[in-house]
Amino acid sequence: MKQPYPFAAIVGQEEMKQAMILTAIDPSLGGVLVFGDRGTGKSTAVRALAALLPPIDVVEDCPVNSARRSDCPDWAEIRSDTVVTRPTPVIDLPLGATEDRVTGALDIERALTRGEKAFQPGLLARANRGYLYIDEVNLLEDHIVDVLLDVAQSGENLVERDGLSIRHAARFVLVGSGNPEEGELRPQLLDRFGLSVDVASPGDIDDRVEVIRRREAYDHDHAAFMLRWQAEDAAIRERIVAARAALRHVRTPDAVLRDVAQLCLELGTDGLRGELTLLKAARAYAAFRDDTALARTHVRATAPAALRHRLRRDPLDEAGSGARLARAVEDVFA
Amino acid sequence: MGDAGRSAWSRAACVRDLLAIDPVGLGGVVLRARAGPVRDTFLAGLTDLPAPVIRLPPTTMTDRLTGGIDVTATIAAGRRVSGSGLLEGAGAAILPMAERLRPDLAVHIARAMDDCGLCVIAVDEGIDEDAAPASIAERAAFALHLADIAMADIHGPATGAPALARARRRLAAMQSAPELAAPIALAAMRFGIDSLRAPLLTLRAARAHAALHRRDAVEEPDLLAAVDLVLSHRVTHLPDTEATDLPTPPPGGTESAGADTDRIAPSDMLVEAVRANLPADILDRLAERASRTARGAGSGARRKGNRRGRPLPARPGRYDGSAAIDIVATLRAAAPWQTIRARTARTRRAVHVMPSDIHLKRFEEKSDRLLIFTVDASGSAAFARLAEAKGAVELLLGAAYARRDHVALIAFRGTGAELLLPPTRSLVQTKRRLAALPGGGGTPLAAGLACAMDLAIAAGRRGMTPAIALLTDGRANIALDGAADRERARADATRTARALAGQGCSTIVVDMGNRPEPDLAELGRTLGGHYLPLPRADAHRLSGAVAAALGT
Repeated sequence: MKQPYPFAAIVGQEEMKQAMILTAIDPSLGGVLVFGDRGTGKSTAVRALAALLPPIDVVEDCPVNSARRSDCPDWAEIRSDTVVTRPTPVIDLPLGATEDRVTGALDIERALTRGEKAFQPGLLARANRGYLYIDEVNLLEDHIVDVLLDVAQSGENLVERDGLSIRHAARFVLVGSGNPEEGELRPQLLDRFGLSVDVASPGDIDDRVEVIRRREAYDHDHAAFMLRWQAEDAAIRERIVAARAALRHVRTPDAVLRDVAQLCLELGTDGLRGELTLLKAARAYAAFRDDTALARTHVRATAPAALRHRLRRDPLDEAGSGARLARAVEDVFA
Repeated sequence: MGDAGRSAWSRAACVRDLLAIDPVGLGGVVLRARAGPVRDTFLAGLTDLPAPVIRLPPTTMTDRLTGGIDVTATIAAGRRVSGSGLLEGAGAAILPMAERLRPDLAVHIARAMDDCGLCVIAVDEGIDEDAAPASIAERAAFALHLADIAMADIHGPATGAPALARARRRLAAMQSAPELAAPIALAAMRFGIDSLRAPLLTLRAARAHAALHRRDAVEEPDLLAAVDLVLSHRVTHLPDTEATDLPTPPPGGTESAGADTDRIAPSDMLVEAVRANLPADILDRLAERASRTARGAGSGARRKGNRRGRPLPARPGRYDGSAAIDIVATLRAAAPWQTIRARTARTRRAVHVMPSDIHLKRFEEKSDRLLIFTVDASGSAAFARLAEAKGAVELLLGAAYARRDHVALIAFRGTGAELLLPPTRSLVQTKRRLAALPGGGGTPLAAGLACAMDLAIAAGRRGMTPAIALLTDGRANIALDGAADRERARADATRTARALAGQGCSTIVVDMGNRPEPDLAELGRTLGGHYLPLPRADAHRLSGAVAAALGT
């Protein structure tokens, strides 16, 4: 398998790239939802994301990527204290995955051959402290969505099945992509995504030509292409690491807090999650920009992604949520 | 069939050669053809695909694709035996009956095309609107219709393996040609092809075509052939000629495209090449495609919905991959026999499980519901009513998320009925479709009912539970054949209603006239459903009433 296409080499799609960088800076933001038509580079961007993420330290052999031995779940029976550095896990949750595979289940092999009751960790265990990617997330089956909602809420995966009673940490960033023409996402799941972006094919012919050229270069002259762009990927990664450290020191003036609250009030977003996410996103953006205090520009730049999917839907409104959002932003920041 | 058939076969043969030359880069082909000698001839000629070539019928289980534990072998051997996934290391895959492919399988296959360069031959036997999953069609460079080709049209010897091998070597040595990107991208854009995979695949097809014709670089004929083969089936709208078109290409395109104009076909020429080969019925096909995307384009909503649910007690059964094993029940069944089996067994094991102990998990199924709105758009129903019906559809759909409801909309007016909104759960699509709902003309009630019935039967076959809401205000005055004959219209409506009642789906007749119409009450009885006089209903009341009557 080839190395994935470099993140920095993606032409345009600035909002999508920005959203992915923000969640890499502050994973507690709660993930990114990318909606758009086919062939707009959604999956390319998600697969490229892995290269941007700083590696994490994990206890060797720990099935849930624990940082310390004391965090390892009992059932894993970890003996070693060795800590190794691994790339941040980006785990694919394929459509049609069974619940067993997602949550983990009784280890069939050991049950059948040795008669032992042992737990076989699932995708949620592997995604702990990393990313869980769901392509075509709007087609995900309901019972899997239920599992995800529960786990994303509690940060813990509780398996009560096959006579097992197992729990382990499962904190992950959800990244989903899909095509809105094929069906809507359940609002509860929509809410779990911190940021959402709509992507479309670039309408500018130069951009389109550039996409094709780079892709050709990637396929044709792979080594040179990767060499050139990996350096840029590394530069972005360094900025992310620096921003992570700077995040704590970003000051939040009260005036900006009021702006954020005012904006959410204006839009009538449900609950307080909108405000909190917008604030976090704006702070991460400020840290990425090397700014020490939160300002209106930061809120402005992140408001669409943080609030777009939280507006109460008015089915009879033709303009859609984008226009309403832009209007509200203009009003509040006038 | 004559010339048309012969040239169609030439295209098919060309696609076959190009795929043999660059199977990984081109992704594959979607073949729309029924079983028959022409298809067999075509497939038999596909000998030069990368090995191993696997066949994936639509019933293939997902775990066979990705690999997993082989339970029967594991029990027999007493140690873990994993089956390797079919996709692992496969070079090419033939998908018979691709139109029946489940969306979860399509996702895996599309992923393999992206990551491992799997070459896919999707044989689509679909009639009418059934089609191969969009995610696969999008990644495959070509699409061929073999229906118009007769055996007599097949001509010319197939390109031999040595020639193909030479072409492959030539392709490997060919320089990349970045200057071709601009005209191709421009041509794709003018046909409304949004995806960026299309121009990329065109470029690759052009290179393979050049290699096939023993050229060391892409020349005009290669480019023309490539745009025809890759772009013509993706066209979403025809480029406007001259005047309206001028503003689009020059601003960005001139600089990059202009430099190349002397040497290579400008995009105008490519546009003409695509246009020349568009089938005569392109406009109909475009409309058909629009309705196809609305329905979920095969990669979702359609057939899914009722496979899992509330767990039921496990039952003994043979493991064939179609159901999951209930481990605990299996071990429980094996437990009483352990002592006996341990005594007679030749090998020592902790647990002796026989295939007869295996219990399978079962689930209670519940299927998705489809609400079919059949709306009277005749002159008497007036535009205001129509607006309310539209609003009700949107409100119901907006509230339908959690219940997995789908909504469809049929309008009848003038002399016939029309499916305006094929079953969908997408608000985006619904809004788009409803915006352009026309009104006026007579009341062909029978035609509306017949259309609703067709849709209900089709939905039932897909595993959905259809329910019909008929919104009208008056009497039928157009017969099924379009004649303005009140008597026959009434008889036709009653007859259709009886047939519909026989389908056993729940119905509601909403009378939107100012005064309740006895005919409609009668119709409601014939349909065996509810009748609801609801004058001056607004969208909210309407959606509330329909939801209550149909028990959503």
